[in-house]
Amino acid sequence: MSIGRFLIIVATTYLGLLAVTFFIGRVIPIDPVLAIVGDRAPAHVIERTREEMGLNLPYWQQFLLYVKGVFQGDFGRSVLTTNPVMEDIRRVFPATVELATLGTLIGALIGVPLGVLAAVKRGSVTDQIVRVIGLIGYSVPIFWLGLLALLVFYARLRWTAGPGRIDVVFEYTFTPITGFYLLDSILRRDWAAFRDIFAHIVLPASLLGYFSLAYISRMTRSFMLNELSQEYIVAARAKGLSETRIIWAHALRNAAVPLVTVIALSYAGLLEGSVLTETVFAWPGLGLYITDSLQNADMNAVLGGTIVIGSVFIGINLFADLLYRTLDPRTRNA
Amino acid sequence: MSLATMTRRDWLLSERPQSRMQARLGRTYVTWRRFSANRLALAGLAIIVALLIVAALADVISPHSPVIGDLRGSRLLPPGPEHWLGTDGQGRDILSRLIHGSRLTLFVVVLVAIIAAPVGLLVGTVAGYAGGWTDAILMRITDIFLAFPKLILALAFVAALGPGIENAVLAIAITSWPPYARIARAETMTVRNSDYIAAVRLMGASPLRIVILHIMPLCISSLIVRVTLDMAGIILTAAGLGFLGLGAQPPLPEWGAMIADGRRFILDQWWVAAAPGAAILIVSLGFNLLGDGLRDALDPRGGGQ
Amino acid sequence: MMMGKINGRFRVLLAGAALSALVFAGAPAYAETPADTLVLAWAIDDIITLDPAESFEISAGEMMGNSYDRLVRFDPADPSNIYGDIAESWTVSDDGKTFTFKIKPGLKFASGNPVTAEDVAFSIQRVVKLDKSPAFILTQFGLTKDNVDENAKATDASTFVFVTDQAYAPTFVLNCLTSNPAAVVDKKLVLEHVEAVTPSEENKFDNDFGYAWLKTNYAGSGPMKIRDWRANEILVLERNDNYYGDKAPLARVIYRHVKESATQRLMLESGDIDIARNLSPNDLDAVSANENLAVTSTPKGTVYYISLNQKNETLAKPEVRQAFKYLVDYDAIGETLIKGIGEINQTFLPKGMLGWADDKPFTLDVAKAKELLAAAGVPEGFSVTMDVRNTQPVTGIAESFQQSLAEAGIKMEIIPGDGKQTLTKYRARNHDMYIGQWGVDYWDPHSNADTFTSNPDNADDASSKTLAWRNAWDIPELTAETKSAVVEPDSAKRVEIYKSLQKKFADTSPFVMIFQQTEVAGMSKAVQNFKLGPSSDTTYVYKVSKN
Repeated sequence: MSIGRFLIIVATTYLGLLAVTFFIGRVIPIDPVLAIVGDRAPAHVIERTREEMGLNLPYWQQFLLYVKGVFQGDFGRSVLTTNPVMEDIRRVFPATVELATLGTLIGALIGVPLGVLAAVKRGSVTDQIVRVIGLIGYSVPIFWLGLLALLVFYARLRWTAGPGRIDVVFEYTFTPITGFYLLDSILRRDWAAFRDIFAHIVLPASLLGYFSLAYISRMTRSFMLNELSQEYIVAARAKGLSETRIIWAHALRNAAVPLVTVIALSYAGLLEGSVLTETVFAWPGLGLYITDSLQNADMNAVLGGTIVIGSVFIGINLFADLLYRTLDPRTRNA
Repeated sequence: MSLATMTRRDWLLSERPQSRMQARLGRTYVTWRRFSANRLALAGLAIIVALLIVAALADVISPHSPVIGDLRGSRLLPPGPEHWLGTDGQGRDILSRLIHGSRLTLFVVVLVAIIAAPVGLLVGTVAGYAGGWTDAILMRITDIFLAFPKLILALAFVAALGPGIENAVLAIAITSWPPYARIARAETMTVRNSDYIAAVRLMGASPLRIVILHIMPLCISSLIVRVTLDMAGIILTAAGLGFLGLGAQPPLPEWGAMIADGRRFILDQWWVAAAPGAAILIVSLGFNLLGDGLRDALDPRGGGQ
Repeated sequence: MMMGKINGRFRVLLAGAALSALVFAGAPAYAETPADTLVLAWAIDDIITLDPAESFEISAGEMMGNSYDRLVRFDPADPSNIYGDIAESWTVSDDGKTFTFKIKPGLKFASGNPVTAEDVAFSIQRVVKLDKSPAFILTQFGLTKDNVDENAKATDASTFVFVTDQAYAPTFVLNCLTSNPAAVVDKKLVLEHVEAVTPSEENKFDNDFGYAWLKTNYAGSGPMKIRDWRANEILVLERNDNYYGDKAPLARVIYRHVKESATQRLMLESGDIDIARNLSPNDLDAVSANENLAVTSTPKGTVYYISLNQKNETLAKPEVRQAFKYLVDYDAIGETLIKGIGEINQTFLPKGMLGWADDKPFTLDVAKAKELLAAAGVPEGFSVTMDVRNTQPVTGIAESFQQSLAEAGIKMEIIPGDGKQTLTKYRARNHDMYIGQWGVDYWDPHSNADTFTSNPDNADDASSKTLAWRNAWDIPELTAETKSAVVEPDSAKRVEIYKSLQKKFADTSPFVMIFQQTEVAGMSKAVQNFKLGPSSDTTYVYKVSKN
């Protein structure tokens, strides 16, 4: 695919994304002016605000104005928070990324060995159990599991901290640098804050981790099955290599390329799919931000958030694709 | 059906089927044998059959009314002999609500599948067969919908369409067709240039006829597997919408909305939220097991992916 | 290693991810908030501005009340008692139209600038000229952009004169001057931050009066300063050492945005917060039962109602309107859904307000409702819809109402929606029925009467869209009577007018009044002197101390 064609594809996808979101935003039967002026505002105040926001213009004109702004790097202001949308997103997005990263880490560290195990013991009880664990991960309503986890680990056992990212206690002793709190607390060598932040993130991250574990372990299993049936494995066995070595050093290494792709895709899924988890854990991330904004017809915020998530999705897919193309010998030759 | 009852195994497994019918039935039988050898898949099937029965007999088997409760007399009762799964914040029997809720769940799943699968199939086959600009445009649209965060898109559509279970169905359908289109397109691309299609084309069949009569049937089996596997996802999305307060209208016993309602009581009356969550889990698991088994049975090459 | 572990212990794997990580996290022990800081959990996502000229939201009201002084305030313990805040004294002229205030000497803003009558005048003029949502509280006295410089002005550094267009009940005028838009801002500080704007036909002023800046900043003289606000996350108040009165015992008050009642309760129980502000009846019970915690409550100026749109022909029948009032299970709702967070109240004035009518004419009476429906010509019932926000307790009440309506043969469909969505529809008069609440804008009966029993123009494009208007209830006589109450100088006679209005309202209105909100808070026993005020701007956190 030529660069030019690729750029056209990305650009049209973006434009489509913008257009769809924009028009949904305009047909939503919520008056965005209400969010600004409140229910009690006199009629003339409402009318004036509507004009100030440009909501009296025809839709297509509003859309053009918006797109023009976006090209100049201006995504408008959020009605709810009164900040420029990009400033808000810079604040909330690290929270989502941090959660998704830790979740993917947990999912990969547990999911890959599980998948390997299932493939090696194909058809055994172990295999079936791994399969059921995976399927349950696909089947469980994550918001429900989150509620129960909060109930058990926070309310009853008091093992973890509650909803939110950090205790208020640290609000004025801990200043974030990057917005990734775990990293920031390490950079600042603030171990008390680190403990607190960790106690907050561990539950939602484990939930997301379970979710991605389900996917990763299934895919690992199938990749491994594929590798284990290859001739070089038979050859390796014939050479008398130990089974452990064959599995981990040869088969898994060869399965690594598609696996990285799968992990990347699962990461993208967590980034965009954490709306419900963020709701349950009051996690101030992008998903929660978009949902809140949507319910207030704060369309600048929704559009900005959607673009960011869309970009991440497109970006990670592209990355996975490229990785696959450059690393995998089969596609490289094809 | 009458044929199936009088046939023997040998006839079904015959290497040289005498008729097309025999070949088809034979294939089906082989598939079924592979499927039924998988105990987990059978468990999934059993769950779904049970769901169908419960939904069909909801009026008969539910012990109480799902919508009428006694606010003063029976509010938030723990599970007991009178109310097996306890009662909710409006004093309604949770078991009865779960039983009636199974209808809503089926309604959503079936309707979404009926809407989304044909749309995806159509878009995918047309794009794959036509190629060129048609393909580019259709796939761009597919990509746009794929790039959206699914739940947020569904949320936005429900917000735009207004609340209610029908609109939730529509919103979920809108967000779930793109993967089907992708699959159908991929399948179409592989068969487009096959000798078989070339032969049909030579016989003068119109492109529309080719797509509908000859290409679509080829895509259907992989689509069915995918749809079955997606059923759980549909249920979860519907529940997620219900959980966020946009799904069924009260007092409809939609499971996701029931969890959302039970959330208020999670600390002291955990059963209000626990029961519908467990129901969702079991039914989704059923669909997943079933889909998984179907895939293995229909596609032995996949080696049980 | 890993493999062996997995092999053996599959069952624990489910929890494993969480558990293994927990070992490192350690169990956070019972937390404690800092001794000099009060931490509250509250749904503060309604705050959209910190500018007293625009702020009109419930939680923002509390921030304003603690951080901005005003001429006068009312005593939360006895709302009829008005006392001078920065005003030392005041007089009313004989014609009842001129109010003259003397400002206390030697007061300072948090910035160090002196507080003068000039600041008071600037603040009032600013509100009128900016003309944001709450401006009507002041403009209803005849202030306009053109005359405000004349009618609200400082005659010298310590004298502020306020002139109304006609004689109003003095209690009414003073009550309005206790509200947020009458808060005094630091003129000098604000003027340092004005942005230039191009004058237009509608806006004749060449600057924004610091509007853009004050949205997120602070320029007051109250007991607390607003130090930081991050929308939907946190708001921090800090002690103002320049405050003229008793200094706040605590150095800091932190409001943390937490929506869920259950979460708030958990945080309270584990000591993460000192006060929880949005407890549901269930969690309230649990908090009261906990010996380490205490509960406080106060009736609020917010009433909940169901309204019937008079554009719907069936709902417009007088008998149908009355029938609905007999189809609410007031007792059961009072004992369960709103237990502790509300009290049944069947009139539009909240309890504790001047003129409040203390009678409950309605109970659940399906037979009587059926009679009324028969008299209205709809004995078989009918179908209607009701728009309901998907929050509690309104959803619960709607479902209960739905059941009792069904007993009388009325089939009601609930249309759930997010708050803004149902409100949009309601304001456009596109609903059949609506369940909602109304909170007083300022502590005077006129605030509610003006919306429930006043509808100057029932046309679709009317400029005044009161609640009566939203339900298309065309009531010229009641509107006139409502108006007569605000110009009645005699308090006793004023009370009589409100009693009469409430009687007629109960007999004829399309409003089914259900309950009055009781605000509750659960708090740790260490918290002292925390009292909820009847209005949002009279909950004074600056008085709180901890031991």
